Amino acid sequence: MLQTAPPHAKRHHSGLIGDQPAPPAQDIARLKKSKRDQAIHPGWLVAPASLWLIVFLVVPLIGIVVFSFWTPIRGGMTPDFTLINFGNFFRQEGFFDPEHRNFLKLGIFVTTLWTTFRFTITVMAVCLIIGYPIAFFLAMQVKNFKWQLALFLVAMVPFWTSYLIRAVAWLPMLGRRGLFNKMLMNLGVIDKPSSFFLYSEFGYTMALAQLYVVLCIGPIFFSLAKIDKDILEAARDMGASSYQVFREIILPLSLPGVAIGMIFLFVMLMGEFATAVVVYGGKTSTTGTVILNYYATANYPFAAVNAIMLMLAMMIGVFFILRVVDIRKEL
Amino acid sequence: MARWTRRRTKALAVKTGFSVYYVLFIIFIFGPMIAMFALSFQGRRGGTSFPMRGFSTYWWEKLLEPSSIGDLQGALARSLILALVVMVITALFSTMLAMAFRRKFRGSNLLFYTIMLGLMVPGVLLSLGLATLMRQIGIPPAWWSSGLGVHVVWTLPFGFLVMMAVFNRFDSSLEEAARDMGAGEWTVFREITLPLILPGIVAAGLFGFTLSYDEFARTTLLSGEYNTLPLDINASMTQRIRPTLFALGTASTIFSFCLIGLFIVVYTILYRRSR
Repeated sequence: MLQTAPPHAKRHHSGLIGDQPAPPAQDIARLKKSKRDQAIHPGWLVAPASLWLIVFLVVPLIGIVVFSFWTPIRGGMTPDFTLINFGNFFRQEGFFDPEHRNFLKLGIFVTTLWTTFRFTITVMAVCLIIGYPIAFFLAMQVKNFKWQLALFLVAMVPFWTSYLIRAVAWLPMLGRRGLFNKMLMNLGVIDKPSSFFLYSEFGYTMALAQLYVVLCIGPIFFSLAKIDKDILEAARDMGASSYQVFREIILPLSLPGVAIGMIFLFVMLMGEFATAVVVYGGKTSTTGTVILNYYATANYPFAAVNAIMLMLAMMIGVFFILRVVDIRKEL
Repeated sequence: MARWTRRRTKALAVKTGFSVYYVLFIIFIFGPMIAMFALSFQGRRGGTSFPMRGFSTYWWEKLLEPSSIGDLQGALARSLILALVVMVITALFSTMLAMAFRRKFRGSNLLFYTIMLGLMVPGVLLSLGLATLMRQIGIPPAWWSSGLGVHVVWTLPFGFLVMMAVFNRFDSSLEEAARDMGAGEWTVFREITLPLILPGIVAAGLFGFTLSYDEFARTTLLSGEYNTLPLDINASMTQRIRPTLFALGTASTIFSFCLIGLFIVVYTILYRRSR
């Protein structure tokens, strides 16, 4: 498109100038301005990408909403409007157990969504606790720019390697004969191998934190690096303690970065399903695995309902993060 | 004077504490990978955890046999081709979009949020939506069609943000000067704009390449008959886990590291030249 846009632009030029006699001298400035405005019409620049996004992003999402109201039939669905899928989401007790109904208990799918949400929040908290000091160290303690960049890039490297492989790499660490158990036994903390690590909440949370922590370090680092060091110096000169400087200046100014990092983590973790299978042994389902399971059994409308509920939960979460920190005002 | 030294000692102590913490953090994020590297050289009769029972390249040799992990070479080739195409499209689209966003235009806000939506929507949702849709229409999904489509949706926001950052720091007076001296739009772009933004375009493209090469969730339901590499790795995990998987992981990671190295070299050269 870059190649085709300029010829189009030229056509505009010749049309603009060629139809007229020689332009009066005082109009040259105006002409130059309009020439620039019409040079490459933004429409031509955005058209291919917009079309792409409509076909591969907007239409599939609309499709999910539409399909969630369709009636599931054996091996597919028909376009008859129904609310039964939404009803099942709240009501259904077991995975393939439509007969068992219990209105007092939360349905299995609501519980799954809740579990997904709970893990997400826990991992976000762990990532923030682990990641913030790293971002703080890089932005505030490392003074030399080259070192800062180098150490930042080293911390970012895992982001560029395969995410699945990094999940697999946790297996030798967590198992009953894994490194964690070996270490704890050598230290004498436990005397026989514990199954506490692999396929456990702890192991899952640690693995997720390791996989995603870099995503929140980046934004926090950038917002910390933007802080004018003179302000901190001024505060110190006026007698503020290190804690006060952090509490009153650094922390508030870093909040936009924290919010962006948390939004990143939130949307990624809510849609998470592969790590749950690898590290958690599929012992618990996330809403992501439920969606894939129902797709596999060709109950597309119900998969779509789960997808919509996931999306709603995410919107609510992002909304709350944005309520705490108004990113747009801060930027 | 005494107070000054105490303050400096304290600062030094804090800095040391943070440095130690940083090292621990690096061990935390690289540790599992290093353990995996080591275990890929596990002895012939060793298992998937420590201790090492001897040292052998047995599992690496098994990796090259076509039967052990599906059609590995084919999957690798498909992933590389896909990543290269995604790279080119991401670089092209991001540059065009960022050029358009230099000025306000009608619908620019809507477009901005739509681009960002690609970053926000979980891969499994996109997979589900498009796969169901294609099934309903009757088009079979394939890695080079639907797979390519959703990969670009995922990589575009990253490339776009990189290019927006590039144009934010861009000095348009250079373009003005060239225009005032009578250069046409195309000449201005080729001679002035392009050389200056080239490092950014390379960065956007690299985002596209690595994100696509590693992408799993978005291709799950959309790759059709033939797997990409991450899908193949995932498929091999549903079988019994053996050190072959660690060898595969190590190979894939080394490949990623080579890419990062290559990128840093190319970027540095281009960046120096654009100064």
